[in-house]
Amino acid sequence: MTCTEFLAILDDVIDESIAAKTRAEIEVHLRKCGHCEVVLDTTRKTIEIFRCHEIYELPTEVSERLHVAIMAKCSKAK
Amino acid sequence: MSTIQPISEEHPDVALVERVRAGDLSAYDTLVRKYERQLFRIAQHITQNREDAEDVMQDAFLKAYEKLDQFQGNSKFYTWLVRIAVNESLMRLRKRRTGKLVSMDEDVQTDEGSVPRDFADWAPNPEQNFNQSELAEILKKTIQGLPQGFRVVFVLRDVDGLSTEETAEALGLSVPAVKSRLLRARLQLRERLSRYFKRTTSAASQAQVSAKGNGVEA
Repeated sequence: MTCTEFLAILDDVIDESIAAKTRAEIEVHLRKCGHCEVVLDTTRKTIEIFRCHEIYELPTEVSERLHVAIMAKCSKAK
Repeated sequence: MSTIQPISEEHPDVALVERVRAGDLSAYDTLVRKYERQLFRIAQHITQNREDAEDVMQDAFLKAYEKLDQFQGNSKFYTWLVRIAVNESLMRLRKRRTGKLVSMDEDVQTDEGSVPRDFADWAPNPEQNFNQSELAEILKKTIQGLPQGFRVVFVLRDVDGLSTEETAEALGLSVPAVKSRLLRARLQLRERLSRYFKRTTSAASQAQVSAKGNGVEA
């Protein structure tokens, strides 16, 4: 497996939707290619960081205000 | 002796939607509470404006309520709701840009970040080298720098946890288009975050990175 081939299936590797045979080829490639190993690890970490940190917080008081407004509009709508 | 109960495949939203259709507004209240934060996040990522995001969230829930009879149930209620919110967000952007065409295809014709260039490993738990507000600023600037068509795919797929097919449906894109954009979004974000998170050789250089604070660049 080449780096280009690895990169082409990087998303499938991250999403763990890879056939067993390909997985073995990936493991062989990663053992000898530090660059691809770093790309895989740091891309996984990228996703994890964005998943774990809410960057657009909706404060409870704003959420409550919007919720009340939505339900008031809906109750008049039908 | 207990008997084995058949496992229902039905999504819990299906029963709530049925109750709303039967006139039970409290069931819609439950759906709004369940999804308001996600919808706000998506609207904020598209419009990049808090006021617009709040308006989009309200309009999307109201529109979904009014059009509930058109919801076929072929997709999840949430996917259908996201599609409405995405369209409302794009309409809001269009208004701000005085009618200029706005679509999910905007700015996606770029090769930036499609091939990794930075192969430096990251520090262990790199986010711990920044305080909460510094980290939030870095993440915000980083994701705001992505083309809109990549950003929304990444948020729906990786932050919200929608499947590739659901993301495609919510955005009106093909599955291959979602896959292509997701890969490039992930790689671009990784590349941009590497500037802040890569392993540094001395405490001095780490301090230099941290000192950027609010002045971070995407």
